[in-house]
Amino acid sequence: MIRVPAYINGIGLISPQQTADPSLFLPEVMEYTTDFLTSVDPNYKAFIDPLAARRMSRLIKMGITAAKIALQDATPKPHEGDFLPSLASGSEATREGLGVGLDAIITGTGLGSVEDTEKILGRMTAGEQLMNPTPFIQSTYNTISSQIAIILQCHNYNSTYVHRSFSFESALQDALLQFEEGAAATALIGGIDEMTENHLKITRRAGHWKMGPVNNLNLLSYQTPGALAGEGSAYFLMASQITSTTYASLLDVQTIYKPEESLPMDEVITRFLSDNGLSPDQVDAVILGYNGDIRYDFLYDRLGSGIFREAQQVWYKHLCGEYYTSTGFALWLGANILKHQVIPVAVRFNNLNADRLQHILVYNQDRNINHSLLLLSRK
Amino acid sequence: MARRVVVTGIGILSSIGRNLPETLESVLRSRSGIGKLRYLNSPHQNEFPFAEVPFPNTALTELAQLSDSEGYSRNALLGLIAATEALQHARLHELPPLRTGLLSATTVGGMDTCERYYNDFLTNDSKNIYIDVYDCADSTEKIADHLSIRDYITTLSTACSSAANAILLGARLIRSGRLDRAVAGGTEALTSFHINGFNSLKILDKVPCRPFDVNRNGITLGEGAAYLILETEEAAHAGDRPIFAELSGFGNACEAFHQTASAPDGKGAYLAMERALKLNGTKPSEIDYINAHGTGTDNNDLAEGAAIERLFGEKIPLVSSTKPFTGHMTSAAGSAEAVLSILCLIHRMVLPNLNLETPMPELKFKPVTELIRDVDVNLVMSNSFGFGGNDTSLIFKKYNR
Amino acid sequence: MPKRIYITGIGIISAIGDNVSSVFSSLETCKSGIGEITLFPTLHQGILPVAEVKLTKDQLLAMTGNSDSCEFTRTTLLGMIAAREAVESAGIGDMTTWHSGLLSATTVGGMDRSEVFYGEFLENPSHGRLRNIVNHDCGDSTERIASFLGINGLVSTLSTACSSSANSIMFGADLIRSGKLDRVVAGGTDSVTRFTLNGFNTLMILDKRGCHPFDEHRAGLTLGEGAAFLVLESEKVVEKEGKKPLAELTGYGNANDAYHQTASSPEGKGAFLAMTKALEMSGLYPGDIDYINVHGTGTENNDLSEGIALERIFNPVPPFSSTKTYTGHALGAAGAVEAVISILSIKHGMMFPDLNWSTPMKELKIRPVTNIVRDLSIRHVLSNSFGFGGNNSTLIFSKIN
Repeated sequence: MIRVPAYINGIGLISPQQTADPSLFLPEVMEYTTDFLTSVDPNYKAFIDPLAARRMSRLIKMGITAAKIALQDATPKPHEGDFLPSLASGSEATREGLGVGLDAIITGTGLGSVEDTEKILGRMTAGEQLMNPTPFIQSTYNTISSQIAIILQCHNYNSTYVHRSFSFESALQDALLQFEEGAAATALIGGIDEMTENHLKITRRAGHWKMGPVNNLNLLSYQTPGALAGEGSAYFLMASQITSTTYASLLDVQTIYKPEESLPMDEVITRFLSDNGLSPDQVDAVILGYNGDIRYDFLYDRLGSGIFREAQQVWYKHLCGEYYTSTGFALWLGANILKHQVIPVAVRFNNLNADRLQHILVYNQDRNINHSLLLLSRK
Repeated sequence: MARRVVVTGIGILSSIGRNLPETLESVLRSRSGIGKLRYLNSPHQNEFPFAEVPFPNTALTELAQLSDSEGYSRNALLGLIAATEALQHARLHELPPLRTGLLSATTVGGMDTCERYYNDFLTNDSKNIYIDVYDCADSTEKIADHLSIRDYITTLSTACSSAANAILLGARLIRSGRLDRAVAGGTEALTSFHINGFNSLKILDKVPCRPFDVNRNGITLGEGAAYLILETEEAAHAGDRPIFAELSGFGNACEAFHQTASAPDGKGAYLAMERALKLNGTKPSEIDYINAHGTGTDNNDLAEGAAIERLFGEKIPLVSSTKPFTGHMTSAAGSAEAVLSILCLIHRMVLPNLNLETPMPELKFKPVTELIRDVDVNLVMSNSFGFGGNDTSLIFKKYNR
Repeated sequence: MPKRIYITGIGIISAIGDNVSSVFSSLETCKSGIGEITLFPTLHQGILPVAEVKLTKDQLLAMTGNSDSCEFTRTTLLGMIAAREAVESAGIGDMTTWHSGLLSATTVGGMDRSEVFYGEFLENPSHGRLRNIVNHDCGDSTERIASFLGINGLVSTLSTACSSSANSIMFGADLIRSGKLDRVVAGGTDSVTRFTLNGFNTLMILDKRGCHPFDEHRAGLTLGEGAAFLVLESEKVVEKEGKKPLAELTGYGNANDAYHQTASSPEGKGAFLAMTKALEMSGLYPGDIDYINVHGTGTENNDLSEGIALERIFNPVPPFSSTKTYTGHALGAAGAVEAVISILSIKHGMMFPDLNWSTPMKELKIRPVTNIVRDLSIRHVLSNSFGFGGNNSTLIFSKIN
C-alpha cells in the first residue's frame, strides 16, 4: 500500500514538563514526588479570550491552547514583509489566518473532561435536581474538537475517538486515511487526557497505579505493580506538504488488540516495519512506553534485548506519566528528536550512539491489551 | 474507482423491538416505544416520557446469551445483543475469516452502572470490579471479545452523530483496503447522568416528541443499540448471501457555531448532506426519502429543515423523523436510523413522522405522516446531527449488481 | 581510478533568467517564463504558449562578443553563454591545466537557421543562403562552444531527445571515472523553432493553457528553450585547486523503456529501471532522497508512467515537483537545466513548486509540492529526464558535507 506522507508541521504540547514553548526542546527536566503528574499550565489568557475561558474547564483550555500553539508553530517564519496574524484570541484575523485551509480536526481522548463528569456525579449524588448545563456539555467527549472548530470557524471533517490507549492512535489513523483519500491537505490531530484527585483515588482501587507517591525520575526503581498517572494535551498540525516548519513525517500507525500468543510482538513489529520497507536494524531509535508497572514493563525488556538491542532506546513516561493518550507525548518527543537530531540525556534508556537519526518507532502497550506502533521518518 | 461498500447484516435493539423482525413489525403498525421509565431510577421518571428498552438487565443478560453478566454495564449488554444479531444476520460465522473491524460509538459508556456506584468508588472497595466499566472503550472491547473481532477496533464519540460516524469510518477503512468487513454502529443506555444533563439544557419535551411540528418542545430520550455489517462487494459475494443495501454516500461537517445549537441556516447540515451526495455524484433529485435527524427541538428542526430546502430546492424528497418511534437514541441514533432507512429500501416503504399535527409554517415541505407502502425507494438519506455541531449524512442505495 | 564526481561550476540561460542568479530569483518568486511566441511569425501565435529566452538573437550575439548573425545559430549562442558562466563559476583560469573535455547535447541543432534556408530553397533550388545551412548539424554548436571556451581535447555531442543533456552529464562522469579526463564541461542547449513547435503539435501533446504536470486535467507540454552546463571535476582537481564544490554527482542510471517511439510504457518500466540504477550506484536508500525534480512534462502519458514508477520505488514518495512549469520543456537542454535547478535546491535548502497544479491525478496517491519551501536541509536530490524513444535517465546530486 503506497504511503502518502503525513508531515508533522507544528506541535503544541502541554505536559508535566516545560514543553509549551515549541522553540525549546526539554531545556530542563522537572522532578516530582507525587501521586500523579499534573501538567504545567501555560498562561491560558494569552491564548483564549478571558470571558470564554472563565466558562471552560481545564481540559478544554488545555485542548484549545495546545491546538493554537500547534497552528502557530506550523506558520512559516515571515519572509520580509509577510503579515503574521497575532495569536490574540477572538480577532477575526486570527480566526481567518489560523483556521484557513484546515481540512480536519480530530481528537483522541480516553476519558474526556473528568472534572466536569465528576462535578455532575457529585451533584447527582448530593441529590441536586436542576443543574447548570455547562458541565454536561463539557463532559461530552467531542466538546474539545467542537470548541476548537468554533474558535477556528472550521466547517470541515470533525471527529473524536475515545478508546483508551487507542484513542490518539485512532485519530492518527483517521488522519492518515484522510491524506490518502485526498480528502485533506491539512489536519489538526490531538491526544488529550487529564487526571484529577478523585479519579486517581477511584482508579487506584482498580489497581492501575502505585499505592503511594513516587519520584518520577526514579520510576523504574520501585519494581512494584501499578504505574505513575499523568496527563497532557498534544496537538499536531499535519499536512500533505512539507514546509520549512516540518519536524518529521508520520509514516504509519498500527493498533493491536490482545495480541495472540502465537504471534509475539517482535514478529508483529517486524511485519509492520517490512510493510513500510524497513527492517528492525533500520530503526535508529525506539521510544518505549515503560511506566514502572512491574507486571507489564517486561514486555519492553523483551524487545530491548531482542530485535532492538542495537537501537537507541528511549523512554518518556517518567516525564509525563501514564494516561490513555500519552503517545501524544511520545510523538512530540520522536518528532523533536528527528528535527534536532539529538536524543536528550533525560530520555535515554540505553546509551548507544546513533550517528544519523532517520527512523523512529514508538511502541506502547497498556496492560498487555492495547498495543500500538507509530513509525516516524526524518524529512 | 473506489470499492463499493455494501450492507450484509443488520442488528437492532430498541424500545420498539428486540431485533430486526420485531422492529419491522412495530413500524408497520406505527407502534411507538415511548412511554414511562420502568427500570431506571430517575427523579424525572414521572416528569418526561422516555423510550426505554422494555427489559431489565437480567432479561438483557438472557437475550445476550451470557451465563454471567458480572462486570457488564447495560450499555455493553445492549451493544452485545445488537452486534451479535448483525453478525449472525450476515452469517459471518459460517464463512472463512477476513480482516474485520469493530467500530462502535457511545457517549455515556458504562455510566449506567458507574453512576449508581460512584459513592462506593470513592468510599469503599465493594464495587471495584465496575471501575473499569466506566470509559467508552469497555463496551466495545466486551463486544470484540465476545464476537472474536480483533483486526481493528476503536470507539467513537461525537454525541448524536456518533454511530453514523462509526459507519462512515467503517466504509473508509474498507475503501482504503485496510479492512474487508466492518461491524459499525453504536450503543447507548439511559442514565440519570444524561437525563439530568439534557434536562439542564431544558430540551426535554414533557410529551412524546413532535418533530417538525409548530408546537414541538424538545427531545424524547431513548436507548438501544444498532449495528450494520459492512463489506466490500467481493467479500459480500462469498457464501451466497443477500446484500441489503449499498452505502453509496457519506459526508461529515462541523457546524462550528455553538456547543449545543445549530446555526439557523443549518450550515453544517447543508455541508454534510452536500458532501454525502458529492461522494458518488448523486444528484439531489435522485434522493427518494430523507430520514431526518428531526429531534423535535425548536432549533434542530428549523435548521435542518432550512438546510434541506436550500439543498433540494424545488424537488424536496419525502421527509420524516422516526424519533417518535424510537426516541432519541443519542450515540445509537445514527445506526438505528440507518437500519430503519434500509428497511424502507428493502420493503419499499416510507415511514411516517408520528405525532405531527401542525406542520411548521417556516418550512415549505410537509413531512410524511402516514406509512406509505408499495413505493419505489432507491436512495435514502439518513441524517444525524450532534451536539458540538458534528453533522453526518449517510446515503443508502438499493443494491444492484 | 577516480571515484567521486564533483560539480564545481554551473551556468544556465533559460526562459526564467539569463544566468544562475536571475534564474534563482525567478524560482524563488514563482515567476514562470511561459508566455506568447515572439521569436518568429507562426500560425500558432496566440494559441500555443512557449517558454522563450527573453533575448533576441542580436542581444545573445552581443553577450558573446560576436557580431555575425549567420555564423552562430540561436542554439549555439545559448550554449556559449551558459557554458561560459559554468566555466567562470568553476574558477577555471587555464583550461589546459587539466585534461578537459566538452560534452554538449542538442536536438534542434542549427534548425533555427535551416528552416529559414529551406523555405527559400524549396521555392527555388538555387535560392537559400548556404551560410544558413552549414550550421545545421548537432556537432556545429558543440564545436563553436569548445572553441569559445578554449577546449581542445575530447569534444562530442549527444542527442537522445529529452534526456540528452542528462546523458552528457553521465557520459562526462564516466569519462572522469575511467581516468580519461580530469574535467568535463557537460550539458546541453536547444532553441525554440517552427520545426519543433509544429512537430510536437502534430503529436497533439502541447497544452494550450501551458503545462500542468501531475494534474488530473493536464493536456500536454510547453516547449521551452535554453542551455545549461555543469563543470564536473575529479577529486584530484578539487583537492589540488582547493575548490569548494557545489555538490557531488553520487549516482546516475540510464535505461530504455523499449515500448514505443513516443510513448512511455504504462508501468513506467524504463523510468523504474533508470531510477533504480541511479539509487544503486549512489548506495542510497529510497528514503534518503529529500526531493525529486521529476521529468513531469505535463503529458497524460509521461506523468502517469513516471508517477507509477515513483510509487513503485518510493514508499513514501519524497516531495517532488516539475520545474517545467517555470522553464518549459527545454528538450535537449532540459536534463542540464534541471540539474542546475536541483543543485540550487541543495545549495539554498529550498524546494520549488509545481506551478499551475490544482487537481490530483485519479490514478496516483501522490501530489507535487505546490508552494515554495525554505530552510530545509536537502541532502540528496534525484532528477529525472525521460526522452522520446524511451531513453530514460536519472541523476542524483548530493550535498557536500
